[in-house]
Amino acid sequence: MAEANGDVLYASGTEYVSHHLGFLTYGKVDGHWGFAHTPEEAAQMGFWAINVDTMLISMILGVLFMAFYYLVSRKVTSGVPGGVQNFVEMIVEFVIESVDGAFHAKNKFVAPLALTTFSWIFLMNAMDLVPVDWIPLFAQTVAGDSHLYFKAVPTTDINITLGFATAVFIMVIYYSLKVKGPLGFANDFLMHPFPKWYLAPLNLLLELPGFFAKPVSLALRLYGNMFAGEVIFLVIALLGWYQLPLHFAWAVFHILVITLQAYLFMMLTIVYLNQAHQVDH
Amino acid sequence: MNLNATVLGQSIAFALFAYFCMKVVWPPLVAVLEERRKKIIDGLEAAERAQLDLAAAQEKAGADKEIAKREAAEIVEQAKRRANQIVEEAKDQARAEGERMIAAANAEIEQQANRAKEALREQVATIAIAGAEKILQRSIDQAANEELLKSLAAEL
Repeated sequence: MAEANGDVLYASGTEYVSHHLGFLTYGKVDGHWGFAHTPEEAAQMGFWAINVDTMLISMILGVLFMAFYYLVSRKVTSGVPGGVQNFVEMIVEFVIESVDGAFHAKNKFVAPLALTTFSWIFLMNAMDLVPVDWIPLFAQTVAGDSHLYFKAVPTTDINITLGFATAVFIMVIYYSLKVKGPLGFANDFLMHPFPKWYLAPLNLLLELPGFFAKPVSLALRLYGNMFAGEVIFLVIALLGWYQLPLHFAWAVFHILVITLQAYLFMMLTIVYLNQAHQVDH
Repeated sequence: MNLNATVLGQSIAFALFAYFCMKVVWPPLVAVLEERRKKIIDGLEAAERAQLDLAAAQEKAGADKEIAKREAAEIVEQAKRRANQIVEEAKDQARAEGERMIAAANAEIEQQANRAKEALREQVATIAIAGAEKILQRSIDQAANEELLKSLAAEL
């Protein structure tokens, strides 16, 4: 892929890789709103900018799978299920089993949340299997700009994974306060792991970093795995014809990574929410 | 990897999607699974009940068969007894009828014999007269002698 465009567009392999790792960022730079033309410009935009590419792909995939589930759920039957219903039921039962195994309180929100998490992250990860140039090339053609930055795999954007993790983190805090009450929640930090009042500062010192590490590790684990996989795909794409078997091998291995990371994210979400519901432990 | 507002957008979108999933998508899917589970449980229970019913029916059928066998044997026994009785009766009747017929035949024979004797007697008288006419040839008064001969014939 690189050779096809490399001579024209990219001076070197390094430029090819770094270009593919850039985002299509929309924000305010030099006093006016617009798309960033370089990663430096994107960095200048600060916090109030948005990665249009990852956000767009993420929304398309989200609407896609949710519409699919919605259509299936409109005409489900308790009789003999058809192929599509069977497929959806398989996923739903897998999610229910996972939730039953790790979540021991009563909360009607957790299982649908887990289903959404798993399906969505799986699909976003699966974008990794689309050859690295297809979606960017398509976007460049549509935009009429051969130098357009376009990132196709949303989970290689820390903003996306951190977005998920933040939502989960807020839910953990919300349900902790709701189930344990402010005092019970505070008690978790002050009286664990040493249930002595005079050791409260030490407990706080031990528990607080662990608590904030949850969303960060959740976001970084997914981001790190997918980003590394993406970089390998890009490096493989630089190899000319040799990329074909290599790309195939890495893609096959990546099917495992994709599923595993989606499953991990779902399971950890369930586990964190379970901890938020645990009054005594 | 600069952080920007994408984090917020994705958080909000995620929450909305999860909420939509819980409100719209999840309930019908789970309801269907639950319904099917119930159907299967009912089906299994029905099968178990049917098996018990079958066993009970088989037992009852066996008992009924025994009763029917015994009744049939009884009926056959009765029929045999009745048949013997009928045969005996028929034999008795036949014997009586035979005796009656023998008696009638005997009476008939006796009558015939008497009638023959009567006829014989009359013919003997005629023959005797004819014989006497031949012997006597001469004109013996037929009328005078006839009286005599008739009394003779009556004595035979």
